Amino acid sequence: MASADLTHPNAIEPDEPQPWQRFFSFSVDHKVIGIQYLVTSFFFFLIGGALATAVRVELATPEVDFVSRELYNQLFTIHATVMIFLWIVPAGAGFGNYLIPLLIGAKDMAFPKLNAIAFWMIPPAGLLLISSFFVPNGAAASGWTSYPPLSLVNGQWGELIWILSVLLLGTSSILGGINFVTTILKMRIPGMTINDMPLFCWAMLAASILILLSTPVLAGALVLLCFDLMAGTTFFNPTGGGDPIVYQHMFWFYSHPAVYIMILPLFGAISEILPVHSRKPIFGYKAIAYSSIAISLLGLVVWAHHMFTSGTPAWLRMFFMIATMIIAVPTGIKVFGWLATIWGGKLRLNSAMLFAMGFVSMFVVGGLSGVMIASVPFDIHVHDTYFIVAHLHYVLFGGSVFGLYAALYHWFPKMIGRMLNEPWGKVHFVLTFVGFNLCFLPMHYLGLMGMPRRVAEYDPQFATINNLCSIGSYILAFSTIPFLINAVYSWVAGAKAPANPWNALTLEWTVASPPPEHNFVGQPVLKTGPYDYGVAKQGAVRKPISQLKASDILSGSTR
Amino acid sequence: MNVPSTILTLLMGIGLTLISLWAGQNYHLLLPVSATDVSSEVDRLFGAMLTIAAGLFVLVQGALIYAIVRFRQKPGDDTDGPPIRGNIPLEILWTAIPAIICLAIAVFSFDIYNSMGGLDPMASGAGSGMAHHHHGKNLAIAAPLDGSDNGALPAATQVALGLGAAPESQGKPPDLEVNVQGLQYAWIFNYPSLNGTVAGELHVPVGKDVQLNIAAMDVLHAFWIPQFRIKQDAIPGQPTQLRFRATKAGNYPIVCAELCGSFHGAMRTTILVQTPEEYDQWVASVMPAPESGETAANPAPALVATATRDLTDTEYLQSYSDRLGIEAQAIAQLTTPAAAQP
Repeated sequence: MASADLTHPNAIEPDEPQPWQRFFSFSVDHKVIGIQYLVTSFFFFLIGGALATAVRVELATPEVDFVSRELYNQLFTIHATVMIFLWIVPAGAGFGNYLIPLLIGAKDMAFPKLNAIAFWMIPPAGLLLISSFFVPNGAAASGWTSYPPLSLVNGQWGELIWILSVLLLGTSSILGGINFVTTILKMRIPGMTINDMPLFCWAMLAASILILLSTPVLAGALVLLCFDLMAGTTFFNPTGGGDPIVYQHMFWFYSHPAVYIMILPLFGAISEILPVHSRKPIFGYKAIAYSSIAISLLGLVVWAHHMFTSGTPAWLRMFFMIATMIIAVPTGIKVFGWLATIWGGKLRLNSAMLFAMGFVSMFVVGGLSGVMIASVPFDIHVHDTYFIVAHLHYVLFGGSVFGLYAALYHWFPKMIGRMLNEPWGKVHFVLTFVGFNLCFLPMHYLGLMGMPRRVAEYDPQFATINNLCSIGSYILAFSTIPFLINAVYSWVAGAKAPANPWNALTLEWTVASPPPEHNFVGQPVLKTGPYDYGVAKQGAVRKPISQLKASDILSGSTR
Repeated sequence: MNVPSTILTLLMGIGLTLISLWAGQNYHLLLPVSATDVSSEVDRLFGAMLTIAAGLFVLVQGALIYAIVRFRQKPGDDTDGPPIRGNIPLEILWTAIPAIICLAIAVFSFDIYNSMGGLDPMASGAGSGMAHHHHGKNLAIAAPLDGSDNGALPAATQVALGLGAAPESQGKPPDLEVNVQGLQYAWIFNYPSLNGTVAGELHVPVGKDVQLNIAAMDVLHAFWIPQFRIKQDAIPGQPTQLRFRATKAGNYPIVCAELCGSFHGAMRTTILVQTPEEYDQWVASVMPAPESGETAANPAPALVATATRDLTDTEYLQSYSDRLGIEAQAIAQLTTPAAAQP
């Protein structure tokens, strides 16, 4: 076994406890910034969740009875915008910030000040967005897709604030992406080749490439939309010769890759968490690493599958159908690799592991429905229905959010220096799992049977099942309470965490919990590979993964 | 008792296949009534995908549950598992199988899409610039300014994207054409072949090849009939179309599927798929007996060349009210402010 190595050369005594005020300062320490990202985005997760609950209260009955139709459209628009741009994307960046320098043995990110600037764009952008509920005509109400011409004729101020807020958040994301790519490529300790780095680094690299290639296109679309909205230009406005379909192409050129920007960091986190708690090496390191890059590149050429019923010619529909289906192959490689990692291991079924396995379980459902809706004839039926709502939540909640919870349970001891409470964590997992499936599984059926999405009122034949979904959403909303209690209590008074509570092998566990200001004293030393479970005990010099031959992999040998 | 693991694997494989076949067989329970000749084809595609998805679902969830039961850490056992880093033949296998499955689904989908009329060159965008000028909105951006059409420039018509004719009726005109306009928050149906009759519900005869020319007046809408499994966005400035042959008489909902504003959820109407007798009855009820001098083939409104601003509201609306069958009295009430109110 890999023993908890207290005499590890990287391990040093923690410094004096650092003051809490630094979390409210313009700190350039990547660990402070990482926690700032995570706490801020979790705050917005709660707001987005409250908006979602209001949507489900309205949908519990077929009539419009809880909020007005206008407010209903604002609720789901801001819900989606908050969840995407203020929760999942920045939370992934938060883990990236905290973990990347530690995982590769660096003292900080490549550009610490840029890092702080990127973070400090998020709170004003988020508060701006929430405040738009209080301007004349209310917040943006044309969906997070903000398709013109509708987005040009709804409340002007709400739409303007929405555009400015998303532009700010996109800029923040681009700055973070530059930082991640540079840090991962340039700041690894000597001896760690790109094929030796932990899989989370591969995943963040793939996500950052996507951010850098696609986010500028969204920014372009939004600036032009803003001109149409405020200056009376007609880029997308058909009454002046503009083309609303061009906006859809520009929007989805970012927003489909955005799905991978939201899921890839969690693919990486799961690839770290499963080996630690299964006590086995990751199965097929290179396949999982390169499939992240494959998903990233393929993810750039699938955007028009969101437009199969729009102004898309037949040959484009066929091209994007096939390109989309090809993405299932690298994604399948990951899922099977994770299952094979678990298989035959010695599973520690703690909260982190339960959420990680829940991630695999739920993400697969979203992946299977994803292949279905890639098929043009079937998508023509279910596009813009509750089938799509179910699919996207299985990917983004069952996938990304379960992954974020798994990562929070796994790295909380390292970040805070205290352990989370396990029984409360398990209660949290059970409530989340049950509430999530009760809320979203029946939605597949609603969509197939004919219920469109983004409606405040619907055919009464769907009332019973919608009621069921709403009950699920209440359980889901309630499930955050045990987590909040657990996190707050443990942060203040939890049991002290040792440097390496999970007996993990990546570099962050070789330093104290929480790590000292510059992470490592001197140059950290790689004693084992990141996934050398079951082989490290012999104390032999490890062979880097990059030098392993196929025969070594087959025989399980690393020497 | 020791059962060889190959036998166990075989049995599990058979069980998995049976479960997925059973799930795939029952796809129709998850779908509304199928009411056109190709909607059942789409359902067959869904059934096939559901069969495969059910198998993979059971495989993955089964593996996870089995792992939780069988591989959980024993109390006091702090040792690591076996150091297996990969298995290249296995990895090739699980790369190849999904690739083959996806290829098969793509080929099947392509075939179904063709039978739905998706690849009709008149509707697919493949034949842009081809003569397709008799309906839809012609935006004559590049038309010669002097108005002479000498054939030097191709007619700058926009192809109406969407679903066209099924392969067997390609090149043939549809039996019935209806112009569909989406506006906040209603669908308006206009029958050019019935003297431009306007209706708020869509009446079509069963078994006939019907083409809808779809336009949007304000924002995006989407025309969806769940029982037909067809949907197409209505796009301002871009004509689109759907073509179908309903095979099952009945009333089905027409749903707007693209967010179009506050009352998006209320933007619904009905399609009445009628037997020939019922349809003829409806036609007779909306079509006044043909008057002398006017033919059904030439429904051009007389007002087109008139300077409309010189007309009173009542005069302007006269031709429309005649065709809609609205009493002149009702129009007067609408157009006369306050005075008509009791």
